[in-house]
Amino acid sequence: MTRETLNARRLLCPLPVIRTQDKVKQLKVGDQLEVICTDPGVMQDIPAWCRINGHKVLETVSGDHEYIIILEVGG
Amino acid sequence: MSKQRKAVALISGGLDSMLAAKTIMEQGVHVEGINFFTGFCVEGHTHAIRAQDKAKPKRNNSLWVAEQLGIKLHIVDVIEEYKKVLINPKHGYGANMNPCLDCKIFMVNKAKQWLVENDFDFIITGEVIGQRPMSQRKATMPIISQQSGADDLLLRPLCAKNLPETLPEREGWVDREKLHEITGRSRKPQMALAKQFGFDDYAQPAGGCCFLTDASYSAKLVDLWKARDGDKEYDLDDVMLLKVGRHIRPEQHFKLIVAREEGEERFMQGYKKDFITLKCIDYPGALTLVDGTPSAEDLFTAARITARYGQGRNAEQVDVRIIGKDGSERIIQVKPFAADEIPQAWLI
Repeated sequence: MTRETLNARRLLCPLPVIRTQDKVKQLKVGDQLEVICTDPGVMQDIPAWCRINGHKVLETVSGDHEYIIILEVGG
Repeated sequence: MSKQRKAVALISGGLDSMLAAKTIMEQGVHVEGINFFTGFCVEGHTHAIRAQDKAKPKRNNSLWVAEQLGIKLHIVDVIEEYKKVLINPKHGYGANMNPCLDCKIFMVNKAKQWLVENDFDFIITGEVIGQRPMSQRKATMPIISQQSGADDLLLRPLCAKNLPETLPEREGWVDREKLHEITGRSRKPQMALAKQFGFDDYAQPAGGCCFLTDASYSAKLVDLWKARDGDKEYDLDDVMLLKVGRHIRPEQHFKLIVAREEGEERFMQGYKKDFITLKCIDYPGALTLVDGTPSAEDLFTAARITARYGQGRNAEQVDVRIIGKDGSERIIQVKPFAADEIPQAWLI
């Protein structure tokens, strides 16, 4: 299992979702990805994208105009 | 046992594409969604930028639709490729800078490429004959099929019975009798179908979220191209900045973007290294970005405009800080413009 970080600051939705989607394609099942964003819309959109594509949101953190989502790649 | 067929559905986030996908899923076909991000699908962007919109619940409608349908959604970044569609549309523009027919051909073509790469069998769209004046007419349906290269792999479940049979129908992958024959601009048939499927929440109305259909946005885009001597190249930052602030062009060679509220100002802060910026010092006021090549005299005008949109607008003199792209700072004192001193022609 590896853990990677994706900097999606300054991107507005749906671009953080697209970047997350592209990054996840390079990872393996069970790998974790930490996505750091500044658009609050990601708190809705990335979990929704994870739900429909079979990935798991492990943690969401918000504060100081930054929003962090940690997800685990599903099968 | 027959092979389960697979269809890729163009999902805009509106009701029609949702119903089209559901119609085909009901026939036992495996459906996955695809959504193209051109840079102009900006509903979410505007919400993210403007602080005053934050109280409203926010969702990405295409993701939401996919979740309601229980299908995967593939969101594809087509910003770069879309430029040639917008800059030189073979079929021209609609009422504003919306190249709807070329856009549809482009998207169906991209879906066809995706279909081939992912071993899917056919394409679904939510098109309805007569729904849109430019791209959804009886005459444009075959144009989209042919010029996209999808040909008879393109099935429009909502109006299929009014169109020639497609390959999925001829091959028996779907039952034509269970498809629909909706036409025209009325939304009643779609609403009835939504009720039949048990959908009581969906995006209204079916208008998409393309900023190119917006007159104000289109005027700013045309102004941008004109100011660049007709060079229509653009990047995502150009597209984004056309959506924020008041756009004021006192002269051909420079334009001001004046933030209208806190959310826009925060967003524009991210561009401080790319533009000359102005901001009132003693009074609360808007951040202004200056695009172009302003002279010292032009910056004086820019400062008076910036002061006009601050709370010191009625003061005799206002100090305005000007920061260059290189970080150099200076402060000038100006008298704010009165409301009637800013010519209407400057406002884009």
